[in-house]
Amino acid sequence: MTPDLNHYIVLSAVLFALGFLGVLVRKNTLVIYMCLELMLVASTLALVAFSRFNDTMDGNVFVFFILTVAAAEVAVGLAIIVALFRKRQTVQVGELNQLRD
Amino acid sequence: MSALLFNFLAVFIVACAAGVVLNRNAVASALCLLLSLVGVAGLFVQLDAFLLAALLVFVYAGAVVALFLFIIMLLDMQGGDRKPFTGLTLAAGTLAFLLLAGGVFSFAAHARLPATPAPAQAAGASLQNYAELLFTTYLLPVEVVGFLLLIAMLGVIVLSKKFEPELEPGAGSQKPDVRSQMSDAGNRKPEGSQEIPNHP
Repeated sequence: MTPDLNHYIVLSAVLFALGFLGVLVRKNTLVIYMCLELMLVASTLALVAFSRFNDTMDGNVFVFFILTVAAAEVAVGLAIIVALFRKRQTVQVGELNQLRD
Repeated sequence: MSALLFNFLAVFIVACAAGVVLNRNAVASALCLLLSLVGVAGLFVQLDAFLLAALLVFVYAGAVVALFLFIIMLLDMQGGDRKPFTGLTLAAGTLAFLLLAGGVFSFAAHARLPATPAPAQAAGASLQNYAELLFTTYLLPVEVVGFLLLIAMLGVIVLSKKFEPELEPGAGSQKPDVRSQMSDAGNRKPEGSQEIPNHP
């Protein structure tokens, strides 16, 4: 039995759910960011699988753009985290509560 | 053979992703993310998207994870004494995860996609197909993405630059004075802004 489209979609959804869980439960901003990347990769897996099984190219080209945007996003996000660390000396979300108080 | 490879890679990816979420140490999380990305690249190879597999390894594993590790080392967080998550958030997160996973499995059980066999000739296998689409249908998005990268680069430079008022040489003209005052006012913080650059 070769894996069909359902297998890939379920795997990508499980991967997305794991990234979602990480975003919800973790306290470290950097780890939250890694889990966001995990969710992006899960969506690219679904796109490539759809593209392969429907014999189109558009999903593959979209993954191309997602990779580009993810690289830019990581650069900007990590710069923001570094700037935040310079101001507050912490990256734990529990202690970044200045707007709440 | 391909089913065996798929099962192995799926278990590997999910285990590494769980490692990203559950690891106490941020460096170990980043390395688990790296392994998980390599597994996804293997699945891309199995889906005949060779270019995307190579790009995933280069961009994500090469650049993004390296950047993450670099920032983790740079910030030097003391994460050992702190719990990575508390009981309440763990319960809420697990509940949300179970809801999402339940939705996925009900989808997999009831609304099955038609299990059409994959076409023998994969469209994503040849580089020519990418080039044709990127330079005809998606030419405008390619340009936009180029500008996005440029703007992101400028944004990172602005974000990581320190605006220090001493840098402006008082050459006697009016303009540097105004600028240094403005940046001084923008930089003023309630508690000692002088200590922060000296902090190791």
